[in-house]
This record gives sequence, structure tokens and C-alpha cells, in this order.
Amino acid sequence: MIETKNLKRSFFSGGVETHVLRGIDLRVETGEFIAIMGRSGAGKSTLMYQMSLLDEPNSGEIHIDEHDVHTMSPEEKTKFRLEKLGYVFQDYALIPDLTALENVVLPLLMQEVPKAKAYEMAFESLSKVGLGNHLHQLPSQLSGGEQQRASIARAIAHQPNILFADEPTANLDNESSRAIMKIFLQLHEAGQTIIMVTHEEPYGAMAEKIVRLDDGKIIGIEKNKK
Amino acid sequence: MFSWLNYRIGFFLAVRQIKRASIWTNVLITFVMVLTFLNLVVVSGILVGLIQGAVDAVREHYISDVIITNLNNKEYIENSPAVINLLKKDPRVSLYTARYSDRGTVEADYKTRIKETDKANITSASFAGIDPIAEEKVTHLSKFIVEGKWLSPGDYDQVVLGSYLLKKYLPIESPGFVTLSGDIRPGTKVRIAIGNVTREVTVKGIVSSKIDEVNMRIFMVDSQLRSLIGRNDFNVDEISIELKPGFDPATIRDSLLLNGVGSVAKVQTFDDASPKFIKDMITTFAILGNIFSSLGLVVAAITIFIVIFINAITRRKFIGILKGIGISGEAIEISYIFQSFFYAIMGSVLGLLIVYGILQPYIAANPINFPFSDGILVAPVSSSFFRLSLLVLVTIISGYIPARMIVKKNTLDSILGRN
Repeated sequence: MIETKNLKRSFFSGGVETHVLRGIDLRVETGEFIAIMGRSGAGKSTLMYQMSLLDEPNSGEIHIDEHDVHTMSPEEKTKFRLEKLGYVFQDYALIPDLTALENVVLPLLMQEVPKAKAYEMAFESLSKVGLGNHLHQLPSQLSGGEQQRASIARAIAHQPNILFADEPTANLDNESSRAIMKIFLQLHEAGQTIIMVTHEEPYGAMAEKIVRLDDGKIIGIEKNKK
Repeated sequence: MFSWLNYRIGFFLAVRQIKRASIWTNVLITFVMVLTFLNLVVVSGILVGLIQGAVDAVREHYISDVIITNLNNKEYIENSPAVINLLKKDPRVSLYTARYSDRGTVEADYKTRIKETDKANITSASFAGIDPIAEEKVTHLSKFIVEGKWLSPGDYDQVVLGSYLLKKYLPIESPGFVTLSGDIRPGTKVRIAIGNVTREVTVKGIVSSKIDEVNMRIFMVDSQLRSLIGRNDFNVDEISIELKPGFDPATIRDSLLLNGVGSVAKVQTFDDASPKFIKDMITTFAILGNIFSSLGLVVAAITIFIVIFINAITRRKFIGILKGIGISGEAIEISYIFQSFFYAIMGSVLGLLIVYGILQPYIAANPINFPFSDGILVAPVSSSFFRLSLLVLVTIISGYIPARMIVKKNTLDSILGRN
């Protein structure tokens, strides 16, 4: 479960304060798959960055399961992200010097998973997204769709409580996008909590719920038909 | 902070970043480190070697390991034959050469001088009466003969002139330092005078080395000089002693003094006999070398700082991603420390190979021809390793600082490329 209370975030630029989130109250239950949607500048990604602890809100509360994560120190947040959260970024965000396998195994090693076990888990995760034959390829040797799948494999290898995805299909062609969404659906069916930001209606419709934002506020929550 | 886990992850990242970096990047950074290391070791080594070359030459071609000279208040070494007997019996002594010496004048063109009032082509000189074979064995002066030949035991009325006595080798016009002008060469007759005794002799050769004491002398066979100065007691003025390898000159000096030689002569090791200004010059050049080395270290620090800073700034997004997925900042910083360490070690090891595998043996075989010495490369292993350690330390610090600067930036700003 993740819950935000009166979450606010604003930015200063040239002495002008821009309010991006104007008090977000949102609760996502364990196992839910929600899509955050809205027009450009609505605050979708900013909301996801606050919920995923990549950014600091100006005010408000964030609770993940039994943790009051908004009170955590930066080091505690880093550890929490490592152990409890998974990320899929729009531009895949793989480390270019590491092979697909190494990209996936790195967070596991950081969690002190024994080396052999970590590599086994990384292999399983990559196999799950169909990259079992691309273990030793560098990101530059993979297609966009394959890189995004490797990114998903990295995000889910340690079985995170919540998987965050920021526009995961934005840089992909239709076929690759559908493949990615299919993986998300499979993960959701297996009980994975997923919070996905997207501006593409067809993919948003695949989620369990759509949270619509505009001008930094939630303007509606829609439940999708199965 | 710097836990074992962070070291493991830092090493994991560093190895892969180095392994998968462009070969040219690795070559370029390593090349810069090699040059930096050479700058640290070779510049100061040549500076010190420049003086050391002169010092070694004086040892090899004049003083040798131990030198016995007359006491300050005596004309010569009294009871020289007894001293020489001691040397002959000492198994640690390999070779020795005894020299008679006195001061006098040498004059050229005396036959063609028209008037008594014309200025004579004359200069003062130090005469050395030697056993040519013994002298050659100890000091190898024949290799410095630039014209004519070295002396032989039967050379009567023949001399070898030091080059500084001749204007053609030392073209200095100074009222306090006069040289013989004109084309004096082997076969030229010159007139030498010691006290009231004069003799016409023939120039057999001209010796030119980088040792002033040699270049200022006139060498002749010992029996010839003895007859000139009227010394019939075989008391000599100096004895240069070469030891067998492995023997400490100080031990020989001490044992000669124990045998009473100190009452008739000064006994000095090569080191004792080195003038203080030479020792001061070595110290001065070592200080200069250290100053240049320090500048080299600063340059190395700045170079590595820039290299790592550029590397880290261009990888800022990935550093942000690493932090975003939960990799600790310390592990990322350590990865850059490992990279700096790798480049410093690579550069230094290659530098060591170049210094000890190529430069030192090459320069030893082909000394650098400085005006006053044959310069060598002085690079003691301990000193080189000290400089290597300094370089590694400076490099690590210079690599750590920019990495920390980038790692400390806001994670999301790094991921999104925001300033």
C-alpha cells in the first residue's frame, strides 16, 4: 500500500514559484495497477517522483506499507528504494558499461544477496522478460524494446513492493510497447503493485485504475473494465 | 561509510567502466600518467645526475675510492714507501697509483720571442709525476686523450698537457687565468720550469676530460719529475687507491689510520675528499628536483581531476540512475577512486619499466653530454617508489573530489539532466 496526504511540490525559476502538485491525496492498495494520466505539465511525473522517493515534496506525507517514508533521511530513502521499490524509466536508464545481466545483478549485489544467488535471480528475471539469450549484451547492442525489458528485469529482480514506471512505452514502437504492457499485465496478475505514468490512453486503459491529473490536482479516478 | 559492501560494488563498477571504456581513452589517460611519473622521477634524476656524473667522474678518474695526501704542513707524504708497502699487503686494495706533484710554469714559443720585453706565452701549471701504467689502471685517463698519445714508462722529456692550459681548448681571456696561445699539439716543444730548474720537453698528448684537476695538470713520467724537483727519497704527494668490489672505503681509511698513516699523511675516502660545495650542489639540485617534482604532482593532480571530472560529469545521468535504483553514493565514489588508482598504477608501472628498463641503462651507457659533466640518471628505487606512492595518493584524492562533487548532486536532477 502507498498513500499520499496533501502532497505539494513547487519549483522556483527566475524568482517565480510554479506549483506542480497542489495537495495530492492518493491511496494505492497492494497489488493494484494504476495509471497516472494527464496532459503535459499536469504533474504526472512529478507525482511519481515524490511517491517513488526520487524527489522531496515541499509538504505532505507519504506512507508505504507501515513506513512513514517522508520522514526518512536521504540514506534511508536510498536503502528503501533499493529494497522495496523498482523503477522503469522512459529512456530505459541502463548503465552503458554493464551487460544486461550485470545491470540486473547490480542492485541485488548491493542488497548483499550472495553472488551466485544474485546472478541466478538476475538470470531468472531476464528470462521472465524474454531476454534469457541476451545476458551478456551491452545496452548499446540491444534494441529499444529489449533495453526496456532489461530495465523491467532490473526493476523486478528483487521483487519490489511497488514497481514505478515513468512513460515506459514513450520511446518504443507499437509492437515493443505492446510487449512491455504485456509484461506489466503478467506482473500485475502475479500480484505486483504497479504505478505507471503514461499519456497514451490505450496503455492507460490496460491498468486497473486511471488517476487523472490536471494542474497539479487529481481530477478523477476511473476504474477500468477488465 | 566506506563499508566492505561499498568497496565490492565500487570495484564491480570500476572494473567494468575501465574494461568497456574506449581503448584510446585508457591509452591516453595512462600515457598522461606515464609522462607525469617520468616528470616526477626523471627530471629530478637528471638534475641530481648532472652533478652526480661530475662527482662520479672525479672518483673514477682522479681520487678513486681512498686518497692519501700530504699533511697540510708537509711538502709530501713522509715515509711513502712504508705506506705503499701497507697498501701492497692489504688484500682489500685492488690497485693504487702514486703521484709526485709540484707547481711550476710551462712556456711555449720561447724560441720565436724576438724581444725580452715581448710578453711570454707562459702559464702556471700543476705537475704530476706518475707511473703511466699504474695511473692508467686506476684512472683510465688515456681515454680522454684528444690529441697524441698517453705516456709510456720510457717517455723521457715528454709530457701530456691538460686541455685547460691551452687557449684552443679553453678560450678564456682573463687577467687572472692565462693559457698558452697558439697551435700547441703533439710534437710541439715547450719549456717547463719548476723552481730554478728548466727543461725543454715535447708534448706527447693533450688530455681533456670533465675533471678540472686533470685538465689543469701536466703529466710526466714520475722519474722525470723526481729528477726535476730533486726528490730522491721516493716520497710521493698523493696516492689514489682503488678497492676490490664490496669493501667500504671508510673501513680501509680507518685501518690505515690505525696503522699510523695518519701521522704522515691525510687519509680520506672519496666522500671525505669531496669538496663541500659539491655536496651543497647535490643537495641544491635535489631540492630543485623536488620543486619540479612537486609542480609535476600538482599538474598530475589537476590532470586527473579534470579527467575524472569530465568523466563523471558526462556520466552524471548514470550516476543519478545508480543512486536512483539504490546504489550508495559511497560505492559510486569508490568506483572512481578505483579508476584513479588503476590509471595511477598503470602509468607508474609503465613509468618504472621505462626508467629502469630503458632510460637508466641507456643514459648510463650514453651519458648526457653536459658542459661540465657526463650526466647520468640518478633514480634510486626507494625514492622512485616514494614518488610513485605520492603520485598514487594525489591521483586518488584528485579522482575522489570530482566524483564526490557529482555524486552529491540531487539524484533526480542528475537523472533528468537538470542543473
